[in-house]
Amino acid sequence: MPAATRLEKRSQIDRRGFLRVSTSAAGGLLVSLYLDLPAFAEEGNQAPRARVYPPDAFVNVRPDGKILITVNRLEFGQGVQTSLPMILADEMDADWSQVIAELAPAADVYKDPVFGIQMVGGSGSIAHSFQQYRELGAKTRAMLIAAAADRWHVSPEQCRTENSVVYGPGNRLARYAELAQDAARKPVPDKARLKNPSEFRLIGKKIRRLDSRPKCDGSQKFGLDLDLPGMKIAVVAHPPVFGGRVKSLDDKDARALDGVREVFEIPLTKGSGVAVVADRFWTAKQARDRLKIDWDLSGIEHPDSSQLWARYRGLARTTGNVAVTRGDQKPLESFPLSSRIIAEYEFPYLAHTPMEPLNATVQFNGDRAEAWVPSQFQTMDQMAIAQMLGLKPEQVTFHTEFAGGGFGRRAVIDSHVPREAALIAKRLRGTPVKLIWTREDDVQGGYYRPMHAHRVEIGIGSDGMPAAWGHVIVGQSLVAGTPFAALMIRNGVDASTVEGVADTNYNIPNFHVSAHHPTVNVPVLWWRSVGNTHTAFVMETLIDELATRAKMDPITYRRKLLKPEATKLRAALDLMDEKSSAWRSKLPKGHAVGISCHECFGTAVACAVDVSIENKRPKIHRATVAVNCGLAVNPLSVESQFQAGLGFGVTQLMANGAITLKDGRVEQRNFDGYTPPYIVDAPVDVDVHIVPSTDAPTGCGEPPVPVISPAVVNALARLTGKRYRSLPLTSLAG
Amino acid sequence: MLSNCRSFIRTLPIIPVAAVIWIALTASAAIEVRESKKLNADTNLGNGLAAWQKVYSVLTSPRCINCHTATNYPQQADDRHRHFANVIRGPEGKGVPGLNCISCHQSANADSTGVPGGNNWHLAPLSMRWQDANDRPLSSAAVCRAVTNRSKNNNLGGPALLKHHEEEPLVLWAWNPGRRPDGSMRTLPPLSHAEFVAATRTWVEAGTPCPPAK
Amino acid sequence: METYQLNVNGQRKQVKVDPSTPLLWVLREELKMTGTKYGCGISACGACTVHVDGIATRSCVVPVSLIGDRSIVTIEAIAADPVGRAVQDAWVDKDVVQCGYCQSGQIMSAVALLKATPRPTDTNIEESMGGNLCRCATYVRIREAIKSASQQLK
Repeated sequence: MPAATRLEKRSQIDRRGFLRVSTSAAGGLLVSLYLDLPAFAEEGNQAPRARVYPPDAFVNVRPDGKILITVNRLEFGQGVQTSLPMILADEMDADWSQVIAELAPAADVYKDPVFGIQMVGGSGSIAHSFQQYRELGAKTRAMLIAAAADRWHVSPEQCRTENSVVYGPGNRLARYAELAQDAARKPVPDKARLKNPSEFRLIGKKIRRLDSRPKCDGSQKFGLDLDLPGMKIAVVAHPPVFGGRVKSLDDKDARALDGVREVFEIPLTKGSGVAVVADRFWTAKQARDRLKIDWDLSGIEHPDSSQLWARYRGLARTTGNVAVTRGDQKPLESFPLSSRIIAEYEFPYLAHTPMEPLNATVQFNGDRAEAWVPSQFQTMDQMAIAQMLGLKPEQVTFHTEFAGGGFGRRAVIDSHVPREAALIAKRLRGTPVKLIWTREDDVQGGYYRPMHAHRVEIGIGSDGMPAAWGHVIVGQSLVAGTPFAALMIRNGVDASTVEGVADTNYNIPNFHVSAHHPTVNVPVLWWRSVGNTHTAFVMETLIDELATRAKMDPITYRRKLLKPEATKLRAALDLMDEKSSAWRSKLPKGHAVGISCHECFGTAVACAVDVSIENKRPKIHRATVAVNCGLAVNPLSVESQFQAGLGFGVTQLMANGAITLKDGRVEQRNFDGYTPPYIVDAPVDVDVHIVPSTDAPTGCGEPPVPVISPAVVNALARLTGKRYRSLPLTSLAG
Repeated sequence: MLSNCRSFIRTLPIIPVAAVIWIALTASAAIEVRESKKLNADTNLGNGLAAWQKVYSVLTSPRCINCHTATNYPQQADDRHRHFANVIRGPEGKGVPGLNCISCHQSANADSTGVPGGNNWHLAPLSMRWQDANDRPLSSAAVCRAVTNRSKNNNLGGPALLKHHEEEPLVLWAWNPGRRPDGSMRTLPPLSHAEFVAATRTWVEAGTPCPPAK
Repeated sequence: METYQLNVNGQRKQVKVDPSTPLLWVLREELKMTGTKYGCGISACGACTVHVDGIATRSCVVPVSLIGDRSIVTIEAIAADPVGRAVQDAWVDKDVVQCGYCQSGQIMSAVALLKATPRPTDTNIEESMGGNLCRCATYVRIREAIKSASQQLK
């Protein structure tokens, strides 16, 4: 997701809010939060617009005592369907054992308070909704107390709450479930007292996930698992080169299969394809395999990796659009030869390949539609479906399904997958249609982390610190030509390309960063931690190289070079040092330590890894990682994000970890050709340490990812003496 | 009487001469036979070695050699890269619990999904490795020695080897290897099965000769 | 279309499908048992793992025509097996799952491992679980949970 640097300022925007309360038909207290914020895409538009909100929104206290909390996010592994309810339940003093969670459908009331659209990304779920869910919980509690106080003719101040019970003077007590109806009739307070952190019972504690058991017994339904009466399955044949069009179609053999319902050409976001609709997935897939399609591939660029590299390398040797410039630009030539580093880096296209293949289910009924999508981008996807069907967004009931991973792949500005599903549903009016992208569709279907080239010229001062740093980054812009461009592109530089370099925490006084954004016929997308995936690698490997040249310990060097105000990162670095120093000094032969640190999305991370080479691959025996994320709402979840997020980051190191194109066609098809980390590739042991803090929480979804690749490669440099500037690591020869 | 004796005595020297001539003739015949046999043996040997080369060309083709590895993993495809998903040999060449060969490879080819199959799919034992630890095929001499070493080849002599090549289901599979996931047919060994069996027969009849090790 | 009699979780089920249909899709679409997942379709990820006659089997590549009368056990019924229950409990106790999509397959593979090797070493774990992909990379806790289940089953 895009860097939040500019967007973080928006959390200071004034907002009016009030709670609207009603009683549900089945009894119980329903609370909705009315937020009046300018929409994300309307930055600069000062006039707030009225919103329409559904009557039940965030908390439903049921007569049986169960407390249903609605989560305004997609749950796709990050644990938000547990941690957001924790926050609300804590302030509400709810009995946690009675809490159940559901994922909110698309609606204005569920929009991200900072971004102004309903979405998951930017590691923002907790960061942006922490305060929101606290207030929801606190106000609900206040209303329950008001109801009890009323009943007992006492003042609210004489009441206290604990575990879904209000206690009054004497031995009076009333359970929330009993009070719910009365509480619903109470006015919503403007303000409610928030707990002092010392009063937290859930926040800050290690709480296990609410969705564990269903995910272990096969009962958890994901988008792909949806089954509706009369539902049909659709697959789409996409052109082999992005933007290609159907010239002619022979579907005789396809239609001959028993159970094939429809075969027809459909327009895609670019170009066109052929949709096949059948009773069953296997039938649809086999029918698609039998299609004889003549593709018109004229008039479109046929991207080719080797040609692109030549182009990118050339561009990297010229100055681009300037992102940052400070100090005097001492030319490299003014430094003695031995005090120069010229480094050229290459990063390939990366596919996200979340475990659950992409899918969307849509039913079109003429004046209404219903959609079920495991979506990171509900507002955008709902709008896109409405647009394809000639409806208004509010005429599309949009359900958020649990997703089997996302990593950014389910937040697409052009909503291309829901659009395909909507078009097919339009043709099969009245019938629910589940569109499935096969794994091959996914690997070959674009929307990759862009390929990048970096060229860095460093002049090293006599103190071993970088005295001058010139940095050029070449990579496609993620948002050029989209509604997000106005927010993220300044002076021709896409902020998401240069984040992690332009805003470096290192004190480099003479600093020049520029970027080129070539146009390439490959759709691109944010990939978990976005620009930091490549920028952190460049920064942390160069810092390591500088440290080696200066004959300084890599941690000491970083301490010296970090800006004084980089306190969050320093604290993480210090904690990592403390927790790893014992094993770092006792490594077996053939092992080496690698260090890295990076701050992104407001969270600072430092990492030490123990690496050896086994079967010509890096074996990561252990990682110690320290995290500074402000208050850790659920430390068990933070630990999980970092233990696993490091493993996710290893995707960039895998030998088959690149998407390449030849004559316009993606060369990889499935996990055999594009191979993510298996258990043997991921760190064996990871110990996670959280810097104690009561600062506002910052996110942990993306921050684990950028640190692992440079740390491993820094360890390899010690083992082999070689520097690795090209990912993935196809060979450890460097 | 005396005249008979006189003729007998006159024939006496003929006997040793005849004997000598007979011996000479026999010896030379024997030599001729030995030389002829040697000539036949040489031809036989030559034919046998030539036949072995044909057999070797099949054994080291991908459909066969991919499961005759020296490592703890099988190979796959014509470029003989390491089999995906980290499948490994296991203690009996059948993979490990949770990830056995038969977790995916059934008793017949699954053309609809691109997975080859045959009876009792498993790796050849390490004694039957035809590659080195760097995945390079061993020399003709080395493979021949491995194949004919009865202490390592499950005690198969020549006729049993022939029968193995003729009838063993997993051997036969190489000529019916099924379709890849993309629908294309897998490539066959360089000889037909009949040619492979014929070559094996010639080689066996020649006494399963092996080329000299270099 | 052919009719097949399948033995699924101890019950006889009859289905009528194209013989080439992988067992995975028979389970998911004919029998509406969606606990077994589609991740790749080429047996590279293990999300589709079931047990067939006790052997962990990747159902996405096995056509239903090759199953015969072998007994099939899926994630939905693995709790009936004490090893299955121990593994699921350990998975919950160690908070293993993130998105959870791969975990049916991970659990089925782990159960196969523990049934054959009740005290697995780190190497046993890495080898037996070596072909199960988790994009969230929950591997650290998968290792812990397998060891924990092994302890519980002592």
